[in-house]
Amino acid sequence: MTLKEKSRILERDDIDRVLQRIAHEIIEKVKTADQIAIVGIKNRGAYLAARLASKIEKMTGSCVPVGALDITLYRDDLTEASSQPVVHATEIVFDIDGKKIVLVDDVLYTGRTIRCALDALIDLGRPAQIQLAVLIDRGHRELPIRADYVGKNVPTSAKEVVEVRLSESDGKDEVVLCEKED
Amino acid sequence: MPDKKTIWTKKDLLGLEYLSKEEIELILYTAESFKEVTTRQIKKVPALRGKTVMNLFYEPSTRTRTSFELAAKRLSADVVNIEIEASSVKKGETLIDTGRNIEALKIDIIVVRHSASGAPNILARNVKSRVVNAGDGWHEHPTQALLDMFTLKSKLGRIEGLKVSIIGDIAHSRVARSNIWGLTKLGALVTVCAPPLLIPDGIERMGVKVTGDINEALADADAINVLRMQFERDGALAFPSKLEYFKQYGITAERLKQCKKDIVIMHPGPINRGVEMSSEVADGRNSVILEQVTNGIAVRMAVLYLVSYAKDPAPSKETMRVGEGGAG
Repeated sequence: MTLKEKSRILERDDIDRVLQRIAHEIIEKVKTADQIAIVGIKNRGAYLAARLASKIEKMTGSCVPVGALDITLYRDDLTEASSQPVVHATEIVFDIDGKKIVLVDDVLYTGRTIRCALDALIDLGRPAQIQLAVLIDRGHRELPIRADYVGKNVPTSAKEVVEVRLSESDGKDEVVLCEKED
Repeated sequence: MPDKKTIWTKKDLLGLEYLSKEEIELILYTAESFKEVTTRQIKKVPALRGKTVMNLFYEPSTRTRTSFELAAKRLSADVVNIEIEASSVKKGETLIDTGRNIEALKIDIIVVRHSASGAPNILARNVKSRVVNAGDGWHEHPTQALLDMFTLKSKLGRIEGLKVSIIGDIAHSRVARSNIWGLTKLGALVTVCAPPLLIPDGIERMGVKVTGDINEALADADAINVLRMQFERDGALAFPSKLEYFKQYGITAERLKQCKKDIVIMHPGPINRGVEMSSEVADGRNSVILEQVTNGIAVRMAVLYLVSYAKDPAPSKETMRVGEGGAG
């Protein structure tokens, strides 16, 4: 299966502006930055989480803990997955009890990843609340899950793939819409 | 992090002889994540929910069985423990029959310990359930070697290029064999040290240096793995007394003075204090014996996870080579 690029959704500057806006919205909603902690879902959600945290720190002057969550062990498709997923480590070194956690992922699609992440987070402690921030919401939910902060809503079909590329892992920042070709 | 192309494709874990360097590295990498799980307040993840693990032990074992049981439980699997006196079971066909019965019970993973070398290989070839070797005769004890390597790596940051000496009854030790396979594949320089009668013929062919001199084994070693001397069993004929063994091969604070300051001292347990090493050494700053026990759970979780979700695994064909191991 190959991917054919159909259209460009976000460029480098757009991604930065979107994250800036989400950072503002988080502060507006949570009010004080003291209890905020940002947790990204590996891999790209974790990079976005780190960027969001540094923006919030710059704006508020308070230190925001950042963590990275690996949800492999919580997946509901381990038996069906086409190839065995590699387990990575969860890196959350702060106590999440009583924190207002903003969970971050790159693309919100079926909602199953978020379901895993919620279970994984709650196994680590009891946060005061969990909110969800995503760069792209492409629809097609299979579970009753919605995001509190959305970078951009992108209507898609099931044949399409949203590719989020970030400089930390892919050498450049861009979001493109691709189509699967057999 | 292992190469992205390395994925686990094996149905069973029978020995480190049968694994590639990359596969061993994948297990160690995966174990890192499970180590983090074991430090949480809620030490449980749902990865093996709905799977059943059977600990089938034909030889008594408390520590290995408990470690596998905890590993399975922390992955949310169900666990059944079966201990069978080896004497009541005839080797070979009966083992296959047992395996088929276990299969009929819809057991997903069989963790087997057996006094006969190669028993897990026979079982693995005859059942669809995944088989993990928890020690067979004098052949292999792969998860022990994996946890030794995991501990070594977490202490010294690498395996490649390390000088590791394995000291004690090499001839009757599956732990030694698995360690030699694993360490040499990962690029460590291995020396084995034992009284002459406890060094098996042809061990050099496994790529290790052999010495009977404890001082030579300790000099410039980055780590030592001290094996348990089983005087009640195999060691009795090879050496006159415990005291004599301690004098000639025992690890003491005095002997450690000539070693690297940060030498890592491992022991698979249970320790005979005053035989393989002095209490001072066993409880000293270089000893990682209890860390090994903790790491054992993480490593076994990684193994259970990997064999459990191997995609369309090929049946295991590995057999024991003639002349290797023997009845334990």
